[in-house]
Amino acid sequence: MDATISAIATALGVGAVGIIRISGPESLAMANRIFSARNPLSRDRARYMQYGFIHDAEGNYVDEVLAVYMPGPHSYTGEDVVEIQCHGGREALQEILRLTFEAGARPAEPGEFTKRAFLNGRLDLTEAEAVMDVITAKSKRALIAANRGHKGALSSKVKAIRKALKDLIVHLEAVIDYPEEDIEDVTYDETAQTIARCSEAVASLLRQGMTGRILREGLRTAIVGRPNVGKSSLLNRLLQADRAIVSSIPGTTRDIIEEQMTIDGIPLVLTDTAGLRDTKDYVEQIGVERSRAILEDAELALVVLDGSQPLDAEDRRLLEQVKNRPHLVLINKSDLPSCLDEETVRAICGGDCFRLSVKTGEGMEQVGTWLKHFVCGEGSDAESGTMTQNARQITLLSSAADHLDGARNDAENHLPYDCLTIDLTEVLHELGEITGEDVPDEIIDEIFAQFCVGK
Amino acid sequence: MIVVDHYDVVVIGAGHAGCEAALAAARLGQKTLLATLSMDNIALMPCNPSVGGPAKGHLVREIDALGGQMGIAADEACIQMRMLNTGKGYAVQALRAQADKPLYHTIMKRTVENQENLDVKQLMIDKLLIKNGAVQGVEAETGEVFEADCVILATGTYLRGRILYGEVAYMAGPNGQRSAMNLTGSLQEAGLQLMRFKTGTPARVDRRSIDFSKTEPQYGDDVVRNFSFISPITQRRQVPCYLTYTNPRTHKIIRDNLHRSCMFNGTIEGVGPRYCPSIESKIVRFADKSRHQLFLEPEGLETNEVYVQGMSSSLPAEIQVAFMQTIPGLEHCKMMRAGYAIEYDCLDPLQLKASLEHKQISGLFSAGQSNGTSGYEEAAAQGLIAGINAARKLQGKKPLILGRSDAYIGVLIDDLVTKGTAEPYRMMTSRAEYRLLLRQDNADLRLTQKGRDVGLVTDARYDAFTKKRDAIERALTELSRINLAPSEENQTRIVAMGSVPLKSSINMADLLRRPEISYEKLQRAFGLMPLSPIEAEEVDVQVKYKGYIEKQKQEVVRAMKLENRLLPDDIDYKQMHELSSEAMEKLDKQRPVSIGQASRISGVSPADISVLMVYLETRRRKGEEA
Repeated sequence: MDATISAIATALGVGAVGIIRISGPESLAMANRIFSARNPLSRDRARYMQYGFIHDAEGNYVDEVLAVYMPGPHSYTGEDVVEIQCHGGREALQEILRLTFEAGARPAEPGEFTKRAFLNGRLDLTEAEAVMDVITAKSKRALIAANRGHKGALSSKVKAIRKALKDLIVHLEAVIDYPEEDIEDVTYDETAQTIARCSEAVASLLRQGMTGRILREGLRTAIVGRPNVGKSSLLNRLLQADRAIVSSIPGTTRDIIEEQMTIDGIPLVLTDTAGLRDTKDYVEQIGVERSRAILEDAELALVVLDGSQPLDAEDRRLLEQVKNRPHLVLINKSDLPSCLDEETVRAICGGDCFRLSVKTGEGMEQVGTWLKHFVCGEGSDAESGTMTQNARQITLLSSAADHLDGARNDAENHLPYDCLTIDLTEVLHELGEITGEDVPDEIIDEIFAQFCVGK
Repeated sequence: MIVVDHYDVVVIGAGHAGCEAALAAARLGQKTLLATLSMDNIALMPCNPSVGGPAKGHLVREIDALGGQMGIAADEACIQMRMLNTGKGYAVQALRAQADKPLYHTIMKRTVENQENLDVKQLMIDKLLIKNGAVQGVEAETGEVFEADCVILATGTYLRGRILYGEVAYMAGPNGQRSAMNLTGSLQEAGLQLMRFKTGTPARVDRRSIDFSKTEPQYGDDVVRNFSFISPITQRRQVPCYLTYTNPRTHKIIRDNLHRSCMFNGTIEGVGPRYCPSIESKIVRFADKSRHQLFLEPEGLETNEVYVQGMSSSLPAEIQVAFMQTIPGLEHCKMMRAGYAIEYDCLDPLQLKASLEHKQISGLFSAGQSNGTSGYEEAAAQGLIAGINAARKLQGKKPLILGRSDAYIGVLIDDLVTKGTAEPYRMMTSRAEYRLLLRQDNADLRLTQKGRDVGLVTDARYDAFTKKRDAIERALTELSRINLAPSEENQTRIVAMGSVPLKSSINMADLLRRPEISYEKLQRAFGLMPLSPIEAEEVDVQVKYKGYIEKQKQEVVRAMKLENRLLPDDIDYKQMHELSSEAMEKLDKQRPVSIGQASRISGVSPADISVLMVYLETRRRKGEEA
């Protein structure tokens, strides 16, 4: 409860203005670390909008913003809150969000502002159920993400770093708890070297970030939409635009096709659900289940709508389905008279939305640009709980890097083991949160697995 | 059935847990009975002749700081004292004493026999008497009934104890004493969940048959230290221990005879501790190790028995002799007692509250090995808490519950009642998340005030404590008040202390943070207030570790928010469908007292904790509305 958290509070996408919300006891101090104005944010100027600039650690200008400090308990979450209004561009938002993490905030978990608001008495009792839903939905999503994460390339690298570090801690702890056993002593040189190796490996992961994984493995993207809205032509158009098709392989089920392609340098693994509805034999239920399963696994949902027709029930259902996950809505057929505007769509699913014409190619270039931002920017809207894994992992890795520096310093200065193990254990927890390996008593279990101790 | 007497508290078992429990209850004014199977075995040390070590030494200091007995007795019975881990940091330094076992027993027997409000009797307790979910007393094999408002189980390894080695197997407590055969049945009838654990001990050999010239002696420290903050001992006769090693020949004999070890031929049902592996386990599990070390430790000054630490075994007696005789120094050793394995019944500690009272049976407390732990110190710590809390219950006071950031005792009990244990539980410093706060040097600063509030800290102890505490505080204040300018006079003094000259003005406390500086040096150079060596060292620790200590204190503050969110008794977890099914089942069974405790139960995820918090808030507001 005590951590100060931050996230982008406005909907994903290019709006005129974007808001970053910081909530928690340190929010004022953290905001002032990155916000400069004639007067810093303060209790005296609570709830007054202040004009100023966001700057990075080196003092470089990032954006011109308005910021407001709302002390708890009279704020949305009931805690001290700072909101920063910046230019709505994705880059500015992401950069400022990143700076809040650098200033010490942790990425808000999906629904966390709402949960805090409820716990602090800022939401009505009738909303308790909705809050519970957010929490349980989050845990399910986290489970899915975790299951996927455990197999990922990042995870295996973090596991390797963690293993090296754990062996070091286990050795130190064995020597501490069994001082008279026949255990080879740990030297400070070895310790510092191991820490340096881990430090280097974490730094390298941070450099690659999650972008690296996507660039290597492709962004899992699902194309969804009613029949005849132009999904297949969109696919073809995208393929025409870039002929870097690697393969065309049937998916796990007969009627799902996976395509690998690269758009503006971003590799995609596209799952086309086009076939789903064409087979009349399938009962409705199965179709719904299938598309849900595909969406569940996708890192991005591309929703295609027909702009020449108003939304029908099926469209609305699809938009509802993608609401809480990363998505991009493409309103096709901009060459025809429009019956559907972006606002209507955003009102339902809140995400990014472009008008384009697959037929004429109008607006197609936006797709590539958007994808590049989506993948190469760090994470995405934290509150929607979609790509937060990325921001979270990055924060955990950065924090691990800091603690490794501390530990290395301690080892080089020959600080006693009891101090040295504090930072090291912290890193173990942080890396364990990424890999899902953080289990109680694992050090003790390892001591007895690796060393013959006890009388 | 003859009702003989009525007691406030009856303690079953006079081992390390039982003695502390009985002394605490009696000292807090309760009429107490200590029932032992043998008056000759009070506070018996049936395994190693030592007290303390990392985490265990911390426990002894904590017991002492609260007004318990173990530290004082161990100091008096000590025949060698060492401070371990001196190079590894203040938090993990720990005292370890070799104890004269018969003397330790004698001291403790004298103490309990002379304690006001305390009766000590040799009795075999067969039955726990329970009525309407509350303890009524106990019944002995003689049919004598001792009515009691509280009963503390401290049955050690005696419940259906069974000794095994080689082809020998018989029902017995340690050293072949009578085992308690009937009490188990009575406990099961009362609905208690029992487990069967196993532990073991090595052989004892005749001192005169050992060639010590082939071993490395290990002496005690020259500085005389004590566990107890009030022990008056300033001089001590110390004897060495001796180190030697096994070799491939030893291992071959053991391997060739594994089928005759109870551990390996399936005779033993109980779960043994990884913490005290038998030599058989060590050789099987670490087959590539060419040697294992063993310490030869005297069992006392008035006996020739020498404890062969590291050689715990349940092989037949003649094999134990054969493998020991392959070891340098032990070639001609004469075995006086064979090592053995022992199985026993104990309680699943998940049934207990943090007060060590049973969740369902009012007035029934349990402590020590009967809660699934291992070790004298772990037992004594629980005994003390059980004794205090039995007395407090009778006095209508809230139980004394130490937190994980207060004491190793808190970590120990919280682990037991929250996580349970699948094997005999041993305390280790790596179990404590706030290790830097839970040092052995500050056990009194952490706990003596609490002991005073409870009523176990005598005036003499309290006076000594407050004097020490105030002196330390005064010295710390003085240090932070003095700023040193880089004057010629100061630079000369600083260089004379083996440090580098100042670049600019410095606070005296910051100067003390330099590794080569100590309070004692500063005191002499700058004429600060004089402190005793123990007080001066405490100032050093607090100043030098300040950054890390502050960091851990902040973590404690955060954690306390969850500890302070209490979960009401009447929560129906089965109606909370948002919980994962594993969490629902475990929460329903264990019924944690706080969100903090719930979060430490394995299988309860952060999402489950969020669900609990939302539930609590909803409930609170509904309560307000109603």
